[in-house]
Amino acid sequence: MTLKGTSTIEIVRSGIQARNRRQLVLQGLGLIAIVFAFLMLFILIVSLVSSGYKALTQTHVTIQVYVNPEVIVKENLPRGNFRGLLQESLAGLFPAGVADQSELRDISGILSNGAQFILRDKIVEDPSLIGKSILLKVPTSDPYDQLNKKLIDRATPEKNRRLSDQQVARFDILKETGAISRPINSALIFNADSRFPELAGLKGALIGSFWALLICFLISFPLGIGAAIYLEEFAPRNHFSDFIEVNTNNLAAVPSVVFGLLALSVFIGWFGLPRSAPLVGGMTLALMTMPTIIIATRAALKSIPPSIREAALGVGASRQQVVFDHVLPLAMPGILTGTIIGLAQALGETAPLLLIGMNAFITSAPSIPLDSSTALPTQIFIWADSPERGFVSRTSAAILVLLGFLITMNAIAIFLRNKFERSW
Amino acid sequence: MVTVAFLILFAGSFFGYVLNRRAASAIRDTGQRLHSVAGYHGLFASLIIFVPILILVLLWLLLQGPVAETLVMGGLPEEAIAELDKGVTQLVLAEIKAISGGRIFGKPEKWKLEAAENLLRFNAISSFALVLVVSVLALGLLWAARTRVTASFRARQSVELIVSGLMIFCSFVAVLTTVGIIASLMVETYRFLTFVPFYEFLFGLNWEPQIPIREDQVAAEGAFGWIPVMLGTLVITCVALFLAVPIGLMSAIYLNEFAPRKVRAVTKPVLEILAGVPTVVYGFFAILVIAPAIRSVGETLGISVAPNTALAAGGVMGVMLIPFISSFSDDALAAVPQSLRDGALALGATRAEMMLDVLFPAALPGIVGGILLAVSRAIGETMIVVMAAGLIARLTINPLDSVTTVTVQIVTLLIGDTSFDNPKTLAAFALGMMLFLMTLVINVFALSIVRKYREVYD
Repeated sequence: MTLKGTSTIEIVRSGIQARNRRQLVLQGLGLIAIVFAFLMLFILIVSLVSSGYKALTQTHVTIQVYVNPEVIVKENLPRGNFRGLLQESLAGLFPAGVADQSELRDISGILSNGAQFILRDKIVEDPSLIGKSILLKVPTSDPYDQLNKKLIDRATPEKNRRLSDQQVARFDILKETGAISRPINSALIFNADSRFPELAGLKGALIGSFWALLICFLISFPLGIGAAIYLEEFAPRNHFSDFIEVNTNNLAAVPSVVFGLLALSVFIGWFGLPRSAPLVGGMTLALMTMPTIIIATRAALKSIPPSIREAALGVGASRQQVVFDHVLPLAMPGILTGTIIGLAQALGETAPLLLIGMNAFITSAPSIPLDSSTALPTQIFIWADSPERGFVSRTSAAILVLLGFLITMNAIAIFLRNKFERSW
Repeated sequence: MVTVAFLILFAGSFFGYVLNRRAASAIRDTGQRLHSVAGYHGLFASLIIFVPILILVLLWLLLQGPVAETLVMGGLPEEAIAELDKGVTQLVLAEIKAISGGRIFGKPEKWKLEAAENLLRFNAISSFALVLVVSVLALGLLWAARTRVTASFRARQSVELIVSGLMIFCSFVAVLTTVGIIASLMVETYRFLTFVPFYEFLFGLNWEPQIPIREDQVAAEGAFGWIPVMLGTLVITCVALFLAVPIGLMSAIYLNEFAPRKVRAVTKPVLEILAGVPTVVYGFFAILVIAPAIRSVGETLGISVAPNTALAAGGVMGVMLIPFISSFSDDALAAVPQSLRDGALALGATRAEMMLDVLFPAALPGIVGGILLAVSRAIGETMIVVMAAGLIARLTINPLDSVTTVTVQIVTLLIGDTSFDNPKTLAAFALGMMLFLMTLVINVFALSIVRKYREVYD
């Protein structure tokens, strides 16, 4: 066909450059979009790591403490003046000595508020230490920790700084004597929450999350698999099973905060279960995880070829025997993968736990699922809300711990999928 | 004691399994032909013991608390509770519970001490009775199951009947959850509407829920019009979609058609990681990095930016939604049949033209469904906005202002003290109801689009 005397091929040729340019533009835009997503993830991780790694160490002071039997009386340990004892010992570290009472008080601000309790616990554990001289390594308070990590800039004018020139100078004297060290911050994992950043740790949150996740698994796994098997293998195809399917899919998309409202009014309001308990948290998370498990299990059951079912039926198995003895074991890798991914989502879920009060300030780890406790994500929320500077790096560190767990769980899921999933 | 009850439960069902299996094997060894294999006889005993006792224990634990409370409160002397209203009765109950737990503050009245002792005694009797009832029931069921073992007993059919019942129950739990959500929200919303008129809630332009809880508190009068709260939600959702839709869509198009295999292999997991990051992390990211960045950009440009700007919360929410939209669009594009691609290319279209003029329109319903689901996620997203958005409801659509959202209000109203008899707490449930309805409509619509569209090409 010709148009105005030119052939088709010429028309196409004349336009081809512009068309190819348009294709390049589209490709470029796509590449920019992907680079943006990469960039965001990169900034997210870099900002978390760069602020979080500082919480991995904690500044400590090593002091020689003489446990004076006149101050610490064995029969009356709870009233012993542990704080005064530490103050004296710390003052002894300064070669120039301490001038007066107010300076002594100022110096004792270097130590964490919890230092006296560390000393007390040590002596309660072993009363024979009374009268002896012991070497004690205690955390410093948050401002000095920040100073040691160079988070407080010495160049800022004194009145804008949290520590006065004199305080900084005293810390430097201590540092010269070699009393200051920065060991790994084991308190971050092995302590429960605290008002003081240098003592705060994740123990309570980790145990709380463990209980909640365990209960979530114990409830949602059997219920989810049971429901999925019934819907996929046994339910008659009618409006009712359609309704259940729509309902399940929709439940997976209901905002998590609504599940929190449900838990608050039903589990706590009507059933009278305690607030802040990992039991209630686990039950709430189970309701949210169940749709995920149902959907994953149904997909896994669907992927098993009909030949397996027909062969089993052919040799005389009943329908339930077919499912439980043949189809379910073959579908198990897929089901487990879906379950782990669902549990990983549940581990990071925060909003419903806030509504049932798992954001309380609790300084001891729960021993049973009915004790008040926090969970990992709610602990992150509490710390992110705390005004003390030291909590910023600890929040980042807690997030890194949470992300570590999530990555591990997802890696297990991917491993299971690659190792056991077979294509038919 | 509860642990003991559970131990009896597990021991009973295990013992029943072994006992019946052996009995059935013994019958088989005499030369008779069993209807069901011995294992099914064992399983039958196991289930017939396990299921009823589990139900009993759970019901018992559920009812123990409320029953104990009613009994203790009923046992209080008339004159002590005569002049107390409902809120104070709850306090008295809490005090009695604290006393029975050994946490005594000050010198409680004598009748409170007695009530606490009653409570302790009742709890002790109740857990003892639980173990007793469970043991008796376990033995009874064990005996009943054991007597059923005969050569002609259809054990397999009985087991399958029980298992079917259990599975039907499981699939009902999802329905029960929905019913529970609707029922709890409706009850509390109804109670809220007895405090605040319906039209005031739906069309009011003021949201100031800080009302006095005690009579001597100084606080605002209280206003419960949800329009500004919903407007704030929409502003943040729009900001999020403004970022997420183009980027998600573009990356899906690129991944689907243009990306080399290697890029695809790297990008997919990265997007999955972005999708798997918990929202509380995104919230912290917003206050740690994005909000200060926006503020400093605003300062250099000389624009006044609110500290909790909607831009920061919405932007980070957009980042959260990118993988969501991208994977939905990718799925939708991949579901378009190969014949359409081949046809377009055969007619001389460039790959970009094939993508934009053929694939994209064909995949549009699926993409729209995905975007709608993203909208519903954005509306219901909680942690990012709780951490990065404001608390005060303002009637504004300026994204540089600080706005609040429905979910922020729900969380702030319910954190801290929650008594279910003042409009402040109940307002959270009314907002929850609106949130549930909005997302429900969007979800049902979006899911039906996605589903219908998939069926067309499958």
